[in-house]
Amino acid sequence: MSENKLIISKEKCVGCGVCVKTCPFGALQMEARLAVVTDSCTFCGACVDSCKFGAITLQRAEKGAKKDLSQYKGVWVFGEQIDGKIQSVVIELIGKGRELADKLGEPLTVAVLGHNMDDACRELLQYPVDKVIQVDTPELADYASEPYAAVVSDLVEKRKPSIVLAGATSIGRSFLARVAVAVQTGLTADCTGLDITEGRLLLQTRPAFGGNIMASILCQYHRPQMATVRHKVMTEAQKDGGRGGAVEKIGADASLLKSRTKRVDFLKEVGEKINIVEADIIVSGGRGVGRPEGFEMIGKLAKALGGAVGASRAAVDAGWIPYSHQVGQTGKTVKPKLYIACGISGAVQHLVGMNSSDVIVAINKDKDAPIFEVATFGIVGDLFEIIPALIKEIEG
Amino acid sequence: MNILVCIKQVPDTTEVRINPETNTLIRDGVDSIINPFDTYAIEEAVRIRERVGAGKVTVISMGPPQVESALREALSVGVDEAILLSDRAFAGADTWATSLTLATALKTLEFDLVLCGKQAIDGDTAQVGPGIACHLDLPQVCYVSKVREISKEKAVVERMMEDGTEVVEVQMPAVFTVVKDINEPRLPSLKGKMKAKKAEIKTLSAADIKANVEEIGLKGSPTSVNKIFSPPRRSGGEMLEYETAPEVAKNLVGKLKEMQLF
Ligand SMILES: Cc1cc2nc3c(=O)[nH]c(=O)nc-3n(C[C@H](O)[C@H](O)[C@H](O)COP(=O)(O)OP(=O)(O)OC[C@H]3O[C@@H](n4cnc5c(N)ncnc54)[C@H](O)[C@@H]3O)c2cc1C
Ligand SMILES: Nc1ncnc2c1ncn2[C@@H]1O[C@H](COP(=O)(O)O)[C@@H](O)[C@H]1O
Repeated sequence: MSENKLIISKEKCVGCGVCVKTCPFGALQMEARLAVVTDSCTFCGACVDSCKFGAITLQRAEKGAKKDLSQYKGVWVFGEQIDGKIQSVVIELIGKGRELADKLGEPLTVAVLGHNMDDACRELLQYPVDKVIQVDTPELADYASEPYAAVVSDLVEKRKPSIVLAGATSIGRSFLARVAVAVQTGLTADCTGLDITEGRLLLQTRPAFGGNIMASILCQYHRPQMATVRHKVMTEAQKDGGRGGAVEKIGADASLLKSRTKRVDFLKEVGEKINIVEADIIVSGGRGVGRPEGFEMIGKLAKALGGAVGASRAAVDAGWIPYSHQVGQTGKTVKPKLYIACGISGAVQHLVGMNSSDVIVAINKDKDAPIFEVATFGIVGDLFEIIPALIKEIEG
Repeated sequence: MNILVCIKQVPDTTEVRINPETNTLIRDGVDSIINPFDTYAIEEAVRIRERVGAGKVTVISMGPPQVESALREALSVGVDEAILLSDRAFAGADTWATSLTLATALKTLEFDLVLCGKQAIDGDTAQVGPGIACHLDLPQVCYVSKVREISKEKAVVERMMEDGTEVVEVQMPAVFTVVKDINEPRLPSLKGKMKAKKAEIKTLSAADIKANVEEIGLKGSPTSVNKIFSPPRRSGGEMLEYETAPEVAKNLVGKLKEMQLF
């Protein structure tokens, strides 16, 4: 069979319409009390599971692979660096990558692009990785999309890893899409879950539709299987003395280093602001904080706890606090040990950015606010009474 | 300066909800909108054309026929022309096939700059912009928050990164993806709306752009959706009952201290 087919049995379909509502792509319609498939169908199979009458069957095409997939082995992690410093998302990816590599019984390699990074690369060998590939040349010191994509594409084509992971950062998301196009393979964006299936495929799970639904994605007939992975979702690997592997230091062919972009300046974010992505404790304020001065109180609580200040989009849009504090789908994803949400309703776009925090405290006037569904501890009440009491209690 | 803007029509995700009883997506009454990030790309294109004082802004979208309404909306805020790529063969495309289809169409047009939104809010992938750049062998700058200088030869732009702003000089033609900080999109004028209503929208099929049907749509997509489900819920939460604020504060702080959170 060369085509995917979604078959709806005329006999079994009762025209209840549940499948039409289920379809995330709006690809099913009701015509004369019978469900019909339209061109928008992606053959995801959501409707198959939803039909109580067993009326829908999915036949997946047996697509042949163009390449010999058995040649592709091993898990690679892109060792993102900024100013020569390996980023913490890389350590998270080593943790996950190790787990995947062990399930496959294959090696884990970290590939670092940069300049003068000998010490940092050696340090990576202290983690449970089998090997580090260090591509060292001045042109790669700062990120540039063309040479980064060209060097990684070239390495991937020559060495044939089965899986390639990078952080879903502004760097990872910019260049890996170029690599995927160049080496003709799939790339799944911003994954929050990765696993190996029984058929030894990479099962990539990610939120879509603004976090309203989760989708699991496969790349069956192309290699490598590539994914960018959301920061602060996977658990960091620990230094365990390593596997006795080595750093392989190589250069890059001049033809790969061509770049039509040039960094002319870098304006670092000013102020002594704690980066909320790295903070262990975050106190966030939403529309319920009511005014810019309200954030002073939020700041006081954060300070008393030694934490950082976060915000919902409503608070940012109101101009009470800068965008760099925004948590959520269009802001930052955080995973602190403690997240205190004050005057935040808990819209799904906010929740996707913070619901993997270890402990969540919610303070809200409205007992029905959705934030309480994710809260470890909920307090129904006026934040202008509760927060000062908390500050007092903590400061003693 | 001729600028092409890639826009996508998406469901308004604030309205997409899951029915907790049946665990299914509620699509009833969900509006379709222009992907919010693409509205900033449209605005920036129009501003660059106004600044340079010459050239044309063309919006292009791949999707089903109803995408026409999104294209008309773009025409009402100063866009000169609109192209719809619509064909059964395009359906079911992942980012690889989408970027190839768009790139194949763009190749048939004259341009100095391609603008995309940072990401589409349905798929949230942010991969189509850089994918187009690679298919066309063009330089790219993602997450552009400001265009400082621009000419047919080169541009200087600011790009938003996690820890600050990178200033990048780029040779043209190039592909930029834009973030919402770049501008404040204008509202359509009455004249704009009238023009949009009457404008002709060029529709192109796979054959028109000479696309290879093996490489586009579902067939050309390396990734496939295996399953769709609703996000796992956290549970086991505790509501703290209380009479006075100091009392509940004491209770909570005690619990957090016990858990050694600070
Ligand atoms: C494409 C898209 C992307 C988005 N991305 C994000 C994102 O990244 N991050 C984000 O946060 N949102 C995002 N949103 C917006 C999101 O849908 C919500 O609108 C937003 O999160 C609401 O913020 P809020 O909870 O602060 O405000 P509201 O929903 O207005 O809630 C305020 C809450 O405060 C409570 N309250 C009021 N006064 C008090 C008081 N005195 N004491 C205690 N409680 C009080 C109220 O009961 C209410 O529950 C996005 C939306 C879209 C469409
Ligand atoms: N079907 C499409 N038609 C036109 N442009 C698109 C389409 N899909 C994506 N884009 C463009 O690519 C950007 C990124 O989309 P995505 O990679 O899907 O998140 C969008 O903001 C659009 O500018």
